[in-house]
Amino acid sequence: MNPLELAGARPEPAFTVTFDDRELQALPGWTVAAALWAAGITSWRTTRRDGRPRGIFCGIGVCFDCLVTVNDRPNQRACLVAVRPGDVIRTQEGTGHAD
Amino acid sequence: MVGAACALYAARAGLDVALVDRGPVAGGTTGAGEGNLLVSDKEPGPELELALLSLRLWDELADELGPAVEYEPKGGVVVASAPEGLAALEGLAAEQRAAGVEAVDVPANRLRDLEPHLAPGLTGGVLYPQDRQVMPALAAAHLVRASRARLLTGRTVTGVLRTRQGAVRGVRTDRGDVHAPAVVNAAGTWSGEVAALAGVTLPVLPRRGFVLVTEPLPPRVRHKVYAADYVADVASDSAALQTSPVVEGTAAGPVLIGASRERVGFDRSFSLPVARALAAGATRLFPFLEQVRAMRTYLGFRPYMPDHLPAVGPDPRAPGLYHACGHEGAGIGLSTGTGHLIAQILGGGRPELDLTPFRPERFEQEAV
Amino acid sequence: MPTDLAVIGAGPAGLAASIAAAARGVRVTLVDAAPSAGGQFYRQPATGLGARRAQALHHQWRTWTRLREGLDRHIAAGRVTHLTDHHVWNVERTSTGLTVHALSGPEQETPVAVRADAVLLATGGYERVLPFPGWTLPGVLTAGGAQAMLKGTLVVPGGRVVVAGTGPLLLPVATGLAAAGVAVAALVESAGPEDFARHAGALAAQPGKAVEGALYTARLLRHRVRILPRHTVLEAHGDDRLEAVTVAALDPAGRPRPGTARRIPCDTLAVGHGMLPHTELADTLGCRIDGVAGVAVDDEQRTDVPGVWAAGEATGIGGAALALAEGHIAGRSIAARLSGTAPDPRQWERVARSRAALRRFSTTLDGVYAPPAHWADQVDDATVVCRCEEVRAGTVREAVGRLGAGDLRTVKLLTRAGMGWCQGRICTPGVAGVAGCAPTAARSPFARPVPLDVLAREPLQEGPDAC
Repeated sequence: MNPLELAGARPEPAFTVTFDDRELQALPGWTVAAALWAAGITSWRTTRRDGRPRGIFCGIGVCFDCLVTVNDRPNQRACLVAVRPGDVIRTQEGTGHAD
Repeated sequence: MVGAACALYAARAGLDVALVDRGPVAGGTTGAGEGNLLVSDKEPGPELELALLSLRLWDELADELGPAVEYEPKGGVVVASAPEGLAALEGLAAEQRAAGVEAVDVPANRLRDLEPHLAPGLTGGVLYPQDRQVMPALAAAHLVRASRARLLTGRTVTGVLRTRQGAVRGVRTDRGDVHAPAVVNAAGTWSGEVAALAGVTLPVLPRRGFVLVTEPLPPRVRHKVYAADYVADVASDSAALQTSPVVEGTAAGPVLIGASRERVGFDRSFSLPVARALAAGATRLFPFLEQVRAMRTYLGFRPYMPDHLPAVGPDPRAPGLYHACGHEGAGIGLSTGTGHLIAQILGGGRPELDLTPFRPERFEQEAV
Repeated sequence: MPTDLAVIGAGPAGLAASIAAAARGVRVTLVDAAPSAGGQFYRQPATGLGARRAQALHHQWRTWTRLREGLDRHIAAGRVTHLTDHHVWNVERTSTGLTVHALSGPEQETPVAVRADAVLLATGGYERVLPFPGWTLPGVLTAGGAQAMLKGTLVVPGGRVVVAGTGPLLLPVATGLAAAGVAVAALVESAGPEDFARHAGALAAQPGKAVEGALYTARLLRHRVRILPRHTVLEAHGDDRLEAVTVAALDPAGRPRPGTARRIPCDTLAVGHGMLPHTELADTLGCRIDGVAGVAVDDEQRTDVPGVWAAGEATGIGGAALALAEGHIAGRSIAARLSGTAPDPRQWERVARSRAALRRFSTTLDGVYAPPAHWADQVDDATVVCRCEEVRAGTVREAVGRLGAGDLRTVKLLTRAGMGWCQGRICTPGVAGVAGCAPTAARSPFARPVPLDVLAREPLQEGPDAC
């Protein structure tokens, strides 16, 4: 049993997004975090002091640990932002702002 | 902060010091400040002299404590958006130069060399290389620690003890008496209340200020940058809300955005209109901030005196009582000089600066 | 449509209140951050996933169906406007009433303002997680987070999960994950059977809850999940992601029993130590907050700020059934008060009795489920306690020991703990525990970060009030 079977899901067709130039398949309705998790990716940010990897933590938009760069916009919460066809998702380093 | 500096310099002058605070270290206005050590916003006169003395002392302390207190000799840039503003600014800078301040006129086309992200269209500015920044709460905590003074936090002063002859001999607190032949009132915005316990009046009023804090950013704002009208706001006596943009980066990453001034008593409630005005001012100076997010605000109460000068020195109305308060928005910067001068007079010496303009009883005399 | 009442949060409390108020003629705008109603408890799979059996992820499905149908009916009748994907960052008191400020759009940058005569704060709660070595590794997440991912996106973490911590949430999370095909290696709960025995009487007073617990346990056994009561996670291991956890049994004083530590390989740790209420909006409005317990309310669910009500987890953690009762009472109180009359509490006497019983029950649960008494001893100096600002336990201890910080605000000022993106919502209990001072509710005038250009602009009334 997987969750899709458990819930009797009949998803609409999948679409493609990229994460650090790698192509991933995503389902309509997924968040960015769900698309990354489904592809086995658990971290998509490095911290600004120690450069440590981070991914999802609270899962409900409170902790801001899952910040990620989507379509060149840094500091998006992966657990809240819906993934859209063609999204370019990148690992966010530090503040997410280049300089 | 001022109390911490008084403790440090008094202890270094060989005095036995107890530091009493009803809250924690940096629990009052210090913990709500931006940590400005400025000469740029001061007109020539006694406050500027105190600022120059303080700056010299801060530089000495920075050799001891610099990184621990996030000491940054970053300099300040004051910008004008109209020719009249620039003329006034350059006029002030010329007077300041004559009083010993380093001030460099910056033409419009060179502003972005100093601050690459400044808005286009500004008429010019002045660079003040001596302006500095410190993390105020860390500074206060480290000065207290360096002073080795007895730290009595969480103790409220409820009375000032006097001898039969009227001389001050210590303070009463809610947790016992503390005896001392000299008492320094460094209670900031609440100094008027402490003075009242000694039976003297000191007209200190709260002047509320909000600071907006952004998300952490890479270093994009290099100096403390503010608009020329800030100086006029600081010097104003109005109780109504005034805001003029003051923008600076911090070592930790967030950009701090000030500055608002209003006299509304000790009202701690958040004001969205003030936050909006601060955001509008800052984004006008630095358009890149439009996309940056504000994470929080904090507020504090500057100790405002009617003539914008602090009270520093002995109080003839209560022998043994000294005041070191009423620095309005400049308390962090002026703390070292204030502490140094207080230590000099406590030690029986001649203070390095003439304290006449700072006499605590000056308002009473004027009233008479 | 002009709004009489703005309800913030479309979980059980917000829905019950919206329905109760709308049924009495109140024009309601329901503002919620999620793409569909339900809150955390009734979080629904995204529409695009076409889930035909979402009830397999939930319990108390009939209650949900009733709420959903009630909401749909009022929306269809034009009595309720439901603003989804709207993130409220501030509620402002103005001379003419209250204005709810929200951000909408995919990047949450479009300002929306809703003006209302009354506001109900049904902002819910979030999970408390106490720090331990390794808790910042990818693969460690909150128990509620794992559940939210499952319910909302039908995606599960890794292949082998340990569920750990304390609280009534762990059982349903472990069962839910197991049912969805995840190998749950262990359920590690710091409360033990003796904690339940101590409160047996009070627990038995809510027979429904006891049955619920027994059902979960039976299901776990069916999935061969190892249950480790009176155990705790000492450390999470891994370099760049989680590889294993070390767990140990606890002695009666709440310290790890020497010699009981063992390593459990896993790629996911779902951990939680109870819940905390969201109180920032209430705090900024000036409502009285009862310490870390929640927004203070009276019998009608009114806060001490005129025009502002609160219900559900925001007023104290108590679960979905309590939230429904509080929301219902709030909705009826608001309907009466907005029409200028005092409500008659006898009309909701039955619900009020249920509210009282559920509050007693949740107080009992607080006594049963508690993190190990000496958890902070397990946090070594190198452990990051503030995840956003990467402040280590050693730095916090130094602020206390060397610099004399004795309260949370001073610790924060001297260390930056709690000054990052989450504004202390996550780290406050951990930092307070390590510092040895009392925790305080996280507070921020902005319940969410706000772009400065949004802040700089005076908002148009873009909400339903505009037309």
